[in-house]
Amino acid sequence: MSSMSFDIAHLLAGSILVLSFVLLYQDRVSAVLNVFALQAVALSLSVAWQAAIQNAPHLLVTAGIALVMKGIVIPAALHRIVRRLGIHREVEEVLGAGPTMLTGLGLVALSILLVLPAGQNVSILVREDLAFALAVILLGLLMMITRRNAVTQIVGFMSLENGLVLAATGAKGMPLVVEISVAFSVLIVLIVFGVFVFRIRERFDTVDVGALDQFRGEQGERL
Amino acid sequence: MAIAFDLAAQTVQMFLVLAVAPFLLGVTRMVKARLLRRIGPPPWQPYLDLWKLMHKEAVLAHNASWLYRTAPYVIFAATWVAAALVPTFATGLMFSWAADLIALVALLATARFALALAGMDVGTAFGGIGSSREMMIGSLAEPAMLLVVFSVALIAGTTQLSAIASHFIDAHVGLRVSLGLALIAFVFVAVAENARIPIDNPATHLELTMVHEAMVLEYSGRHLAMIEAAAAVKLVLYFSLLSCLFFPFGMATADQSLGPLTVGIVSYLGKLLVLAILLPIGETAVAKMRVFRYPIFLGGAFAAGALAVFLLFVSRSF
Amino acid sequence: MPVFVGIWCVAGLLAIAALGIAAGRSSNGRTLVYGGCLLLSLAGLGGALWHLVSGQPAVVQVLPVGLAGLGAHLRFDGLSAYFSIVINLGGGAASLYALGYGRHEEAPLRVLPFFPAYLAGMNLAVLADDAFTFLVAWESMSLASWALVMANHRAPDTPRAGYIYLVMASFGTLVLLLAFGILAGTEGNYSFAAMRASQPDAMSGALVLLLILIGAGSKAGLVPLHVWLPLAHPAAPSHVSALMSGVMTKVAVYGFVRVVFDLVGEPVWWTSLVVMGLAGITAVVGILYALMQSDLKRVLAYSTVENLGIVFVGLGLALAFRANGMGLPAALALTAALVHVLNHSIFKSLLFFGAGAVLVATGERNVERLGGLIHQMPRTASVMLIGCAAISALPPLNGFVSEWMTFQAILLGSQLPQWGLRFMIPAVGALLALSAALAAACFVRAYGVTFLGRPRTAAAENAHETDNWSQGAMLTLAALCVVAGVLPGPVVDLLAPVVQSLVGASLPAQTFLPWASLVPVAESRSSYNGLVILLFLAISGTLAALFIHRLATRATRRSDIWDCGYPDPSVATQYTGSSFAMPIRRVFGATAFIVRESVDMPRPGDTRPARFRIKVIDPAWRLIYGPTARAALKVALALNRFQFLTIRRYLTLVFGTLVILLLVVAAWR
Repeated sequence: MSSMSFDIAHLLAGSILVLSFVLLYQDRVSAVLNVFALQAVALSLSVAWQAAIQNAPHLLVTAGIALVMKGIVIPAALHRIVRRLGIHREVEEVLGAGPTMLTGLGLVALSILLVLPAGQNVSILVREDLAFALAVILLGLLMMITRRNAVTQIVGFMSLENGLVLAATGAKGMPLVVEISVAFSVLIVLIVFGVFVFRIRERFDTVDVGALDQFRGEQGERL
Repeated sequence: MAIAFDLAAQTVQMFLVLAVAPFLLGVTRMVKARLLRRIGPPPWQPYLDLWKLMHKEAVLAHNASWLYRTAPYVIFAATWVAAALVPTFATGLMFSWAADLIALVALLATARFALALAGMDVGTAFGGIGSSREMMIGSLAEPAMLLVVFSVALIAGTTQLSAIASHFIDAHVGLRVSLGLALIAFVFVAVAENARIPIDNPATHLELTMVHEAMVLEYSGRHLAMIEAAAAVKLVLYFSLLSCLFFPFGMATADQSLGPLTVGIVSYLGKLLVLAILLPIGETAVAKMRVFRYPIFLGGAFAAGALAVFLLFVSRSF
Repeated sequence: MPVFVGIWCVAGLLAIAALGIAAGRSSNGRTLVYGGCLLLSLAGLGGALWHLVSGQPAVVQVLPVGLAGLGAHLRFDGLSAYFSIVINLGGGAASLYALGYGRHEEAPLRVLPFFPAYLAGMNLAVLADDAFTFLVAWESMSLASWALVMANHRAPDTPRAGYIYLVMASFGTLVLLLAFGILAGTEGNYSFAAMRASQPDAMSGALVLLLILIGAGSKAGLVPLHVWLPLAHPAAPSHVSALMSGVMTKVAVYGFVRVVFDLVGEPVWWTSLVVMGLAGITAVVGILYALMQSDLKRVLAYSTVENLGIVFVGLGLALAFRANGMGLPAALALTAALVHVLNHSIFKSLLFFGAGAVLVATGERNVERLGGLIHQMPRTASVMLIGCAAISALPPLNGFVSEWMTFQAILLGSQLPQWGLRFMIPAVGALLALSAALAAACFVRAYGVTFLGRPRTAAAENAHETDNWSQGAMLTLAALCVVAGVLPGPVVDLLAPVVQSLVGASLPAQTFLPWASLVPVAESRSSYNGLVILLFLAISGTLAALFIHRLATRATRRSDIWDCGYPDPSVATQYTGSSFAMPIRRVFGATAFIVRESVDMPRPGDTRPARFRIKVIDPAWRLIYGPTARAALKVALALNRFQFLTIRRYLTLVFGTLVILLLVVAAWR
């Protein structure tokens, strides 16, 4: 592989990871959605570049799905939800920004630590993609558990899914069927979440999932 | 003969940074004024200001100590020496080995130490608040700066500024996410260290959010001139450091005859001018932060620096 | 023969201790004791320096005292010589200082006998060549310093400080005893020579290292074993505080280096991870707590914790490099740590002397009741400024040199093969940078509130300059700060044989490099030159001043404070120490401290003042020591029943124990 094509792949994959961090760093819901769209664009560029250097045209479909669905449709839909619901523009965090960032850094270090020694016999790019993908997945999970707001939790989940796609394309392509089914399931998740968010809102006048805790069955037994 | 030439190049560099510093400050102020739809003073106004301040009588509080009177010279000298050791238009200046990147950062810390002490000397609330905040900003910025140093030094294999610049000019470094992240972290740190928006507002007085201006509130006359000159030199220093670390093209490296040196000086001045225009554009685009948002801002710089180091580990197979 | 210089020093100091008992009451006793200590320290310093400079081989001597069949093995090699330089330099400076400072002692008999004994204990600890002698020296050093801590036993905090110190010191010695027990093996050979010869296997080597880390670390103040240090060090008289902080913690470092680098042999790489992690946390936590203190001597004690963290970062790095057979980086890291040992002992002694001078002049240790002392005590203020700048790691002073070398070693960390270390080392580097910057904040605060501004109390306003002996001691140390910062080459070269013998490599010779630069690895990699920086600073500062004074004006007018047009004559409007620390308290408050803030705001119309109280609690107390103490109390109460048994039951107990032990022996066979 020429060093130029490696450099570009490195740049794109790295920027996906960096954008995951930027997602954690944001403190406004609309900014979170924009960064998420940007990450989807970076992902589709990265997948497209993989399609070019691996000679795997079916990856272009993946890239297209990522661009259209996650780069445009889903962010637009979420923006709409946020506007319709008029939910707080500030992101509500469970953990402070500083500890979240430090945890995130620790997770990145952990995933590099896990992947790099394991894959000594594959190419540097695959190792790198796998490491970044694992980091993106963990950061997505971190985002889900450190945010109260249901919308930001959805974004965290989908950025996690971006990580899955990155891992799959890095490992010499995944079958299109899998990709389409994943994309489909994400769509369904979006719908479910969307309905869910509206229902929560209707019932409790908030999308803070913490409010749901009061209605859990086990609570009475604990008291 | 060679020594005389080297010495001359070093001296030129020392006085070059000193000479252009007020002009660059003037340019940033002018661009900012234009962006705010004001006409603003001409770019050479800072020279006139400094000249005026130098000739004014210095007014000292009754209880000002010798430390208060010497601190401006210490601050100026430390900043100036640090600026003189950054390769600007040529690598391998005569004394650039005397301090590497870490020592350079520490020299600026010396200047900050002196400034913060001077702020506390007269015993006013303003001076104390400025010193306290300045030291907080410094302590948050320094780890981020170290991570920048770390990632640059990992790529170039050295902390010697001249050697880093030559490495980046000559060797193939490629598109590195790490360098980009290091650049972001560096810019954040530079904004904080130079007391620019969104951390501090260089144009404010009588506001509880000010930091640098609060420390120097009691200064007047020649002492204030020294501090203002040091602030201008510090800005040039960070501009030079930025261009030396991340955009070293045009610098005279191996061939240090008059031709490449001229190219070096011209490209250096060009880079400074571009940065002096970019800074106020960035400043006008954002709002001043609350004091307790600083940790998050500088924490972002820290995260970027740490990511830069981590990504280097991945993409390099040691 | 330097070992004899060492032995005679110890003997002489013990004789002076006896003299101190006899002559303590007379007015000449003080001069006699401290003067004698000064001379003996100078002799020890000279002997050790001569040993290192002339490159003498190690000298061994067995004295027929001590444990039967073992005797007291003494050995004087490069490492002992270097640390005896540190001890005798600190001891000499403290004696010189005490010639003046001791005049203010309330009960000289509580200090004079123990001071020489304390010095003797430390001197003997670095001479010892078997575990028994070492532990005896270690314990006598601990006990003598405990007695000195209790000298001022009427102060309200002192008994508690002394009690906690005693408990922690015994705990440390116990752990050291275990470590030496493992090293001695089944044959029970307690001489260091035998331990050196028998290489323990990897696991017991790691175990010994961890035990030594706990044992020596509890003396050095590693977090979370640091809790006694900020209580005990400030409670002693100031010259003793200087010795405890500046010198005794270095004996702990000596113990660690001696056992880990000399006796144990090849380390396992992950032990360096533990050492570095603990050290990095120690550095940051130490300085954060220093920032929160309002007692000047306690600020200094917490900053000792930080500096020992820096030293142990260097030692941990050296372990990591050594475990991977990387000679030169290991030498760099070890040299950095050992240079910092010397540097810290110089400036920390200086700062404690300064704090003592302030204490004598004003009767205050609380910075919130001081201020403006630069006018009343100009000379103390000047040397304290040098000390504060040096400890804040500012070039061109000495603190920066060792930090710079540590950073250079950290930058070499990416060449290590283990991924865990590669990630750990930049993180530790960031912690180190954070602690350096916080140290600057801490000492701006300490110096600014104490010496600058306006006097906050009458005591501060009426302060007077301290005596000539004390000034001489402080001036000497301040000069050493500058010299060691500008010319670090000789110190590094002095260490070269020591480091060579410990890690098998040493840094290239530095002393005769052009311009006296410091070039640890290669010129193309990094170099630093304090001399050129100092010259440049002096020249450019003078040029600027001359330029303005000649070409512009030097007219000066004195006037009232301006303060933005609203000057308030009340000194209470100044920034205080706790308000200075408030931003940092808020930034790190959530993670590093337990902070209790309480506001007592009177109702409108009520004339009593509003009060704002802050209590900063060390989480180590809450998380470790509190539960431990409660558990110990519980166990003690449970065991209390055994005190009220009948004789028959006691006999049953004894009998049961005997049978169980016999069973164990039978099972063991």
